[in-house]
Amino acid sequence: MATATLEPTDTHGDGHDDHHTSTGISNTKLAMWTFLGSECLLFGGLISTYLLYKTRRGPGPDNTTIPTDIFDIPFTSVSSFVLLMSSLTMVLALSALTRGDNQATRAWLLTTAMLGGIFIGGQVYEFTAFLREGVGFTHNPASSAFYTLTGFHGVHVGLGLVMLMSLFVASKQGKLTPKNTETVEIVGLYWHFVDIVWIFIFTVIYLIPVD
Amino acid sequence: MSETVTEAHSEQEQSHEHPSDWAYIKIALILAFFTTIEVLTYFESALPIFENNSVTIATLMVLMVVKFYLVATWFMHLKFDNPIFGRMFVAGLVLATGVYVIALSAFEFWA
Repeated sequence: MATATLEPTDTHGDGHDDHHTSTGISNTKLAMWTFLGSECLLFGGLISTYLLYKTRRGPGPDNTTIPTDIFDIPFTSVSSFVLLMSSLTMVLALSALTRGDNQATRAWLLTTAMLGGIFIGGQVYEFTAFLREGVGFTHNPASSAFYTLTGFHGVHVGLGLVMLMSLFVASKQGKLTPKNTETVEIVGLYWHFVDIVWIFIFTVIYLIPVD
Repeated sequence: MSETVTEAHSEQEQSHEHPSDWAYIKIALILAFFTTIEVLTYFESALPIFENNSVTIATLMVLMVVKFYLVATWFMHLKFDNPIFGRMFVAGLVLATGVYVIALSAFEFWA
């Protein structure tokens, strides 16, 4: 028999937190999706700026090298693949928590963080290689736009790593249970978003040939 | 009315069922396959068709959109969640695309 619920609560059938919502959907999840929608504007601005400046070499003879001249595509392909696979491990962590398998949840969270760490390490290596070539942040407009875009993305990955490790520690302390599925799902949304932004960056910045 | 509210919640609960781990692995394998094709476009000698820039760009754009769609719908659960979440995200995406296409046009990027 149906019961009256004039003030619907968020009652997903998979053990999510019960909290008040006037819409029948999770407020926190809606907030995260709204935030991710706004992030499209941030990265759209950075990508557009790079597209406008990607071939702008410096005025002097010493700063004519642009990032596209020295991209190491095989190396970046591997780090892109690593980040892509971290989305799989993230979703497997969520799946494990939904089943109540805390050990598997921790293993997948740690694997995701490790893959994210490898990606960041790859980015540091790439930046270092560029600096060795003499292409620094203020080398020319193209390099400034490149470092700003990929640096902002790297910071997002770094923040994601902090969130993942927080979840790992919470799980170790027994604070992460199937009742907190939504918390992991929201961190997962952020992580997947960082991944899809890189899918875009990898294609538009690295792979599409520059005339 | 109360029954309607409860039924709506019941539908929402059903629609929130997540796929199996194997389904996620299959999606990841598809994404890996598409990434391999993307990388092959860089090595023109691997597939001579990619010596043509127009073909390469078209292939890369299609693969990028498909990968984007697969991650958003499967890994981010847009396929299974309440449509309002997807609408919020698509609103931001469409706004960003519109704003920056106009901005790039203003700077004669396409010329």
